[in-house]
Amino acid sequence: MAKPGEYGLFIDYEFCSGCHACEVACKKEHDMPKGDFGIKILQDGPRKNSNGTYEYNYIPVPTSLCDLCAARVAAGKLPTCVHHCQAKVMVYGPIEELAEKAKKAGKKSIAIFTR
Amino acid sequence: MEYNNEYNMDLYPEKLHWQEGDLTATRTTMWSGPGCHEGCQIIFYTDKDGKLVKTEGDPNSPFSQGRLCMRCLELPEIVNNPARLKYPMKRAGKRGEDKWERITWDEAYDIIEEKVRKFQKESGPESIVSMIGTGRNVSQVIAHNEYANFGGADLTLCFLSGDSCMLPRTALCYVIMGNQWVADMSQFRDKRFEEDPEWELPECIMIWGTNPVINNSDAFLGHWIVECMKRGSQLITVDPQLTWIASRSKYWIQIRPGTDAALALGMLNVIINEDLVDHDFIDKWTYGYEALSERVQDYPPEKVAEICWCDKDIIIEAARFYAKAHPSTIQWGLAVDMSKIGTQTAHAIACLAGVTGNIDNPGGNILIDQASGLEFGYNSGIEYVDPEKIAIRFGNDRYPLKKYGFTASSQSDAILEAIETGEPRPVRMLWIQSSNPITNMGQDAPRIYRAMEKVDFICVVDLFKTPYIVACADLVLPCAMSNERDCIRVWFDPLRTLTKCSTYYEAKEDEQIMIDLGHRLAPDKWPEWVKTSRDYMNWRLQGANLPYSMEDLEEKYHGMLYNDFRYKKYEKGLLRPDGQMGFMTPTGRYEFYSTLFDSWGMDPLPYYLEPPTSPYNTPELAKEYPLVLTTGKRSFEFFHSEWRQPDTTSRELHPYPYFDIHPDTAKKYGIENGQWAWIENQMGKMRQIARYCDVIDPRVISTEHGWWFPEKEAAEPSLFGVFDCNPNNLIPMCENGESGYGAPIKCGLAKVYPCTPENMTPENQPTYQVTAGSGYSHGESHKTDTPSFYDIPDSQE
Ligand code: SF4
Ligand code: SF4
Ligand code: SF4
Repeated sequence: MAKPGEYGLFIDYEFCSGCHACEVACKKEHDMPKGDFGIKILQDGPRKNSNGTYEYNYIPVPTSLCDLCAARVAAGKLPTCVHHCQAKVMVYGPIEELAEKAKKAGKKSIAIFTR
Repeated sequence: MEYNNEYNMDLYPEKLHWQEGDLTATRTTMWSGPGCHEGCQIIFYTDKDGKLVKTEGDPNSPFSQGRLCMRCLELPEIVNNPARLKYPMKRAGKRGEDKWERITWDEAYDIIEEKVRKFQKESGPESIVSMIGTGRNVSQVIAHNEYANFGGADLTLCFLSGDSCMLPRTALCYVIMGNQWVADMSQFRDKRFEEDPEWELPECIMIWGTNPVINNSDAFLGHWIVECMKRGSQLITVDPQLTWIASRSKYWIQIRPGTDAALALGMLNVIINEDLVDHDFIDKWTYGYEALSERVQDYPPEKVAEICWCDKDIIIEAARFYAKAHPSTIQWGLAVDMSKIGTQTAHAIACLAGVTGNIDNPGGNILIDQASGLEFGYNSGIEYVDPEKIAIRFGNDRYPLKKYGFTASSQSDAILEAIETGEPRPVRMLWIQSSNPITNMGQDAPRIYRAMEKVDFICVVDLFKTPYIVACADLVLPCAMSNERDCIRVWFDPLRTLTKCSTYYEAKEDEQIMIDLGHRLAPDKWPEWVKTSRDYMNWRLQGANLPYSMEDLEEKYHGMLYNDFRYKKYEKGLLRPDGQMGFMTPTGRYEFYSTLFDSWGMDPLPYYLEPPTSPYNTPELAKEYPLVLTTGKRSFEFFHSEWRQPDTTSRELHPYPYFDIHPDTAKKYGIENGQWAWIENQMGKMRQIARYCDVIDPRVISTEHGWWFPEKEAAEPSLFGVFDCNPNNLIPMCENGESGYGAPIKCGLAKVYPCTPENMTPENQPTYQVTAGSGYSHGESHKTDTPSFYDIPDSQE
């Protein structure tokens, strides 16, 4: 069993469409009751910035109920949010690897969540 | 940017079935209902009793590549939903009373057989009409059953005015290019994106009238565009509202709903006048460029900007970008169809692809037929029907496009009028498979509701007890869901199979119902050995001389067979039966100037017409109803009227209907964010919850469709609250242009005002007003191109 902070989720939210697939996959995998979420899509925008550009981001945030799909991972599968992400912008792994990936991507709009 | 999420492929073997602990996995395709018409590859997990308990996306699939959207992830909630129809039922009380008697399948078939024979004898088989919902996996069944078993030739999209869903675009494509095109995302080969040696990344993707990441319409997975964005494609998005994908676009063209044709003509004006066209392609392969060049002079960008309420410079810059980029592709959607000039709008947009030579080229708009050449659509079983019956299809007398068979369906509006008037002949029986027309598919929902009184017998095959069933059906048959069906599905490529892995009470596959009825009603047309859905599939494959069986497709091709897709087929003689180069049109060319339209007395070139009701066409009306009303805004949670059951995750995330309104407009009318508001026009009213939106034009509101409330009482006057939030109370039927295709569904007028305790009494609710009183429904028809029947006469110049 990994210690808190060793593993996490990497999300390139530039391309997250807010499709809820991660949210619902997680709820179903963990058989969560109504109102519970292991990951929740937060929304910023849509609004116009003073420079004329638009701000419109969905940012999936793992909740306290996220166990990084321990059972699936033990069985050799990807966490279900990562497996189903429609934009394919989520990565699961050791934090160092995720940070390395983010650095290599060399871009804005990447979030890494430790669990 | 690729993030190399490695799936552990050992756990996803290339097999049809495997065991995972206590669960059996079945690797197959999903096709509505419920769901959508996409056909993602899915793994169904069933328990030892055969019950569906879990789903996963199939990482082996070149098509969906492991993805699933939220609806297929929550699928077991719908499949095992206690409210599902379990047994055949016949009406016991009056229509609308929600009184039913459970019967056996044999009894149900006896009733159908008796009715069909009676109507055939009394009024001819042409008095029996079949209707279908959108892209449901029954297009082969609805047709084959109507033609072979009932002997009639009339089938159509269920009261969708102007057949305004894909058919206007499809018909136009067949007229001017003899084929149809889609945006090239490398989807027709099993090696995707850069793994395909021929495919090129579109430099520009123009998204027109669709929100592809949500709606995945027309067998096109919206997230393929996201894959291209990651690889560097830049976007132009034409949408009245800033969608998420519009926010990531190089150009967002904020258009007034219903003016798309003007915009396309304005962009053509820029591209042609600045000579940004592909002369080589135009000279060799097209017809009518000179005439088009003249026509677009009527649409200078200044004028178009005024018509479309958008910025002139953005039109010009976007047009230049689209024309200069290479390759450029267009992904178009429903908004193109949903104006009275649906075909003309499609024509204008198709000219953009034509003048820039982005036709059938890698990364452009590619021409595609149905997989393996298999006819699994509205012509299935056409050989069984008397050609005289085809000749008298509803709408043929009015519209040459229908008469000459550009799409094999009858016209919905003409059917409604025939029901109402008995002219040109009566409609005695409706056979409806998976459509819920008073909830979402039909316009002027109260008018449709009332017209049904005139139909002697209505049989509905569906998944749930819908408002339409309660209000109108005499006989109800429960149908199987995707995981309960053995089927083949064709929509472009690949050819896909659905493999049955569970059953539900007495629900039957649509094919099974057709076959059972066939052996009773028309035994001469059904080989004795065709007894199950699987038999039917094999029979059809044999009939098309295809060298594989359903089992081969499942086992050898893992449920998806890719045919050999080729680019630039017009250069290779692959588009015409005579093997000549060019396109399958009268001139052999891609026709900017349509010789067929010309010969039918229609305008051969694309043009723009104001929506029938608009601030410019009907200024008096617009004083009272000052806002432009658009509708059909899609949500990830729903597919049309599906997934509304209160216990679904969809309803958890999206409990009520919302409409988008600019805060300045809302405040002007005293509406708070999150407040219920009435939306009303000269036809009727409905209510939704206001959601403030800074990125919509203050003169436009955007509403949702498909709402009913299964948690409410079924019997009238409650009727699941079906009319309360229904934008179709405000939209006409029978308001079609010269082609018969297209209707002003997304471009009406309305006013808004807050819901208050005084105006929210039970008697003020639309469902009550329609079912218990005589509320709404215009009931008149309009057949010319002059402004419409519900104009205020003195508003005309
Ligand atoms: S890793 Fe698993 S538990 Fe965590 S958010 Fe994703 S799906 Fe939920
Ligand atoms: S599944 Fe992917 S694209 Fe969809 S909301 Fe989650 S992170 Fe975003
Ligand atoms: S798009 Fe969504 S609902 Fe449609 S088949 Fe794919 S996963 Fe299922």
